[in-house]
Amino acid sequence: MRLKINGKFEEFETGTVQDLLLSKKIEPRMVSVELNSKILDRNEFETSSLKEGDILEFLFYMGGGR
Amino acid sequence: MFEFTEDQIKRYSRHILLPEVGGKGQIKISEAKVLIIGAGGLGSPAGLYLGAGGVGTIGIIDGDSVDLSNLQRQVIHHTSDINTPKVLSAKRKIEDINPDVKVIAYHERVTAKNAIDLFKAYDVILDGTDSFSSKFLINDAAYFARKPLVHGGILRFSGQMMTILPGKTACYRCVFKEPPPEGLIPSCQEAGVLGGLAGVIGTLQATEAFKIILGAGNLLTDQIMTHDALQMRFRKVRVHKNPKCPLCGEKPEISQLIETEQKVCKI
Repeated sequence: MRLKINGKFEEFETGTVQDLLLSKKIEPRMVSVELNSKILDRNEFETSSLKEGDILEFLFYMGGGR
Repeated sequence: MFEFTEDQIKRYSRHILLPEVGGKGQIKISEAKVLIIGAGGLGSPAGLYLGAGGVGTIGIIDGDSVDLSNLQRQVIHHTSDINTPKVLSAKRKIEDINPDVKVIAYHERVTAKNAIDLFKAYDVILDGTDSFSSKFLINDAAYFARKPLVHGGILRFSGQMMTILPGKTACYRCVFKEPPPEGLIPSCQEAGVLGGLAGVIGTLQATEAFKIILGAGNLLTDQIMTHDALQMRFRKVRVHKNPKCPLCGEKPEISQLIETEQKVCKI
């Protein structure tokens, strides 16, 4: 299926937000995920199944300032 | 009634020429009070531009002294400032650029004890800190003090920014909820950061502060802007006030400031 991730279309077989993160080797605890304009709780990653056309934004922690 | 001298009119002429600023806007700038937290990579350019632009009162809080490894990006500090408290070094530069500005230097860290009272004395808060514990503390304190906050974060070649009008627009916790587990996100000290990138984000933070003071244009609220310097890409992601936010959501869990010791980018 086709997903839009951070503004780009990408193909993904099937699965949850957690599966998608792991397939991209993204540590789930270091990212916030917005699915179709709604910020997910981290405990929702495993229960949120993805479907064709879903729009995702991965928002990464950035803690530096100095 | 506030009146500018001839020198001041000349100094601020490029501002005054702008229809969005004008004489009235420059008076607002002169009467404004901005608190910069952290006199480092983000606080340096922010302090220089806010000072040069005539912000009447600039508070700077930072507990550290200037180190040789700071100078690659913390452009308000010079080689001769090494070992000087950063807030004093920054105060000297800003006052040298613009004697109209009153700089209040706080040689300490922002803590759960001092944050809210300190924030209440200012109109705009600018986050240039280097740890998640500070960033969450500042987000919460700005909410309790009801002060506009311009958030910024940097790492390697990437930067992030959002403006928060507490209670009205999405806050840092609406997006990130809580600090990441310690040690998971590398620090600038461990991972590095491009000097100019700090300048980009810090300067954008100062620009947002000017816009808040002036009431000009559209603020970066309910949005996170991310910048990838390697691809020279800027992206804005729409975010919303989160009903589940532990701070400003429907069932808030945070009723007072909490402090967790976690340094991300200690220098």
